[in-house]
Amino acid sequence: MSIQTQTATSVSEPQISFFARIRWGRMFAHAALLFLVILWSFPTVGLLVSSLRDKDQLTVSGWWTALVVTERNELARLPLADSQVEEDGRFVIRGEIFEPGSGRSIKSFGTKSSELAAALPGETLSMRDAGEITVNRDGSYEWVSGEAFTHTRGPRIFFIAEIPPRFTLENYVEVLDSSGIGRSFVNSFTVTVPATIIPILIAAFAAYALAWMKFSGRGLLVAVVVGMLVVPLQMSLIPLLRMYNGIASWTGGESKTYLGIWLAHTGFGLPLAIYLLRNYMAGLPREIMESARIDGASHFKIFTTMVLPLSFPALASFAIFQFLWVWNDLLVATVFLGNTEKTLVLTGRLRELLGSRGDNWEILTSGAFISIIVPLIVFFSLQRYFVRGLLAGSVK
Amino acid sequence: MATVALKDLVKTFDKTEVLHGINLEIEDGEFVVFVGPSGCGKSTTLRMLAGLEEVTSGEIHIGDMMVNHLEPKERNIAMVFQNYAIYPHMSVRKNIGFGLRTAKMSKQDKEKRIDEVAEILSMSELLDRRPSQLSGGQRQRVAIGRAMVRDPQVFLFDEPLSNLDAQLRTQMRLEIKKLHQRVGTTIIFVTHDQVEAMTLADRIVIMKDGYIQQVGTPTEVYQNPANLFVAQFIGAPSMNMLEGRLTNEGIVLDAGFTIPVRPKVAPQGMTIGIRPSELTPAKEGEAALMEGSVSVVEPLGSETLIYVDVGSTEIVATVPGRTLPELGSRVRLNTPKEEIHFFDTKTGQALK
Repeated sequence: MSIQTQTATSVSEPQISFFARIRWGRMFAHAALLFLVILWSFPTVGLLVSSLRDKDQLTVSGWWTALVVTERNELARLPLADSQVEEDGRFVIRGEIFEPGSGRSIKSFGTKSSELAAALPGETLSMRDAGEITVNRDGSYEWVSGEAFTHTRGPRIFFIAEIPPRFTLENYVEVLDSSGIGRSFVNSFTVTVPATIIPILIAAFAAYALAWMKFSGRGLLVAVVVGMLVVPLQMSLIPLLRMYNGIASWTGGESKTYLGIWLAHTGFGLPLAIYLLRNYMAGLPREIMESARIDGASHFKIFTTMVLPLSFPALASFAIFQFLWVWNDLLVATVFLGNTEKTLVLTGRLRELLGSRGDNWEILTSGAFISIIVPLIVFFSLQRYFVRGLLAGSVK
Repeated sequence: MATVALKDLVKTFDKTEVLHGINLEIEDGEFVVFVGPSGCGKSTTLRMLAGLEEVTSGEIHIGDMMVNHLEPKERNIAMVFQNYAIYPHMSVRKNIGFGLRTAKMSKQDKEKRIDEVAEILSMSELLDRRPSQLSGGQRQRVAIGRAMVRDPQVFLFDEPLSNLDAQLRTQMRLEIKKLHQRVGTTIIFVTHDQVEAMTLADRIVIMKDGYIQQVGTPTEVYQNPANLFVAQFIGAPSMNMLEGRLTNEGIVLDAGFTIPVRPKVAPQGMTIGIRPSELTPAKEGEAALMEGSVSVVEPLGSETLIYVDVGSTEIVATVPGRTLPELGSRVRLNTPKEEIHFFDTKTGQALK
């Protein structure tokens, strides 16, 4: 007994001008997005490029010139008289200004520091000591004289060198090897991985209980958790350390250990974790839990078979938060782990390098990039769970 | 299979009492439908039966066991929810098999059972799909399969068809009825749709505001409604209600005509009810019960609804599909005497 109606839908779309069709709100959103992307990726790219450049080039030019040939004023000292050879009644000293395979070339040269452009490659200049010198583009030279050379101090030759761009992993090798970044990298992992997993484990159980189990005082407990969100870390840091050290000395443990920092990060991360996960879990369809209960599942079973898999997006997003926060943390690590060579984390190491080797840009840039590569990997590998609607299909 | 009995069942949420003492005996293998407007307590009753809500007072018996304090799984019941409540991260096979997880059966037996159920619901080829790849009707079938697989004593359905479109609803309605005829398990079905209730039920329980209004077979509640609410709730379009008072000539209605019959017990204020389908156009020369002008005509194909202004009251009548009276034309309507229902206006109760 239904009345069927038919409507014609073949109305052709009217022609609208291009400008009228642009949705300005969307345009603005896209522009803002583009701006943010550039704002973020520009320095990152710069850092990456810088860290891969030759350390000498890095000090004289910016990373945006990395692909351009650079010029540099240099000088070389010619060898002493004992390297001369006699050829057809003439005395000759031959040699190379550049190390073989360096790829550099001579743009111009001179015999005084004020006359860098006195001669082009292949041309000949007379020397003050004796004879004449010819320098070729590839840096090979020939110093010829009619009489034997007698100088006791090698004269200097001044030139403008053209240096081709050079990319290398040397900086990384050095930084990982000798600057202690490698060690700190491992330390950071030792801190971060358990400090991410432990709070998630605890928070997931707590969040389920606060969302789906009925017990008195539940609302109050949630309120307390929310209240703890606003306690500043700096305020509780020292009391917490004293408390931990008190317990450590009482039980005979050490005061600055990995266990301490895991617990500290767990404590600081838990309020947000519980809050985030509880809200997500509370939004899961009630019928799923009830249905599982009727099917004979206990709370633990519902938690492991229903709630955990369905909460994966929330777990992943909190994991990203917590991982990044712990990885980038300096304060808690300094307080709870100290600055000894054995336990120094990456952020602490970078800060130290900044002080001791602040001029060595190649070390700072490659060190910094090593410290951000892990957060980048974590983010890109988990970010799809932010957008994935795992719930599609459960309820209409 | 089991009988179900509710004894003085009361439910309060915080301090509001929402169920005021429900008494009901359901026989073994019976198909009982709870029907009523939203907020009448029908779903709450079902959820208490399932063990999802605590019983405030009263008793629930399934079979010969008092189940008030048993966990849902110990009651040996299965429930189908309005929005299916399918586990979205599991395949159809795992969804159906979830209830068997704790059963003491070998793995092959479980698989066999799942296949059987899928066979009955004709969805064997869907077993390896994910819920997100299924249509609404298929999802509801999965939910029913999940309930069936454990072979429960009682099936509970909580508005299982409300999320389906009209055509699919009719189809699934039929399938549930066939399912009941095949497996013969006691079914308790909650709906707000009186058509579902009429078509499916062995017995209908009509509820309102936490009270049972009437319990009876579809025919009983249709033909002998216990009160004004039942009379208007059951049957579409609703029964015409005309208020009036008792005089020596009969019942003088506010609409402006008099009915020359009266029930045995007759209070002063009375309301009479006549179903639209029982009002027929009076033949030429025959005395008519009432007369009025047509204000709206609704053709439905097989029949036509006409709205007639009788005095100041609007009356609906169903006339054959081919009869399309013109707007404003006068019609004279008649009805058999036995089709007139009498109610006490004050209490709303039916009078014999």
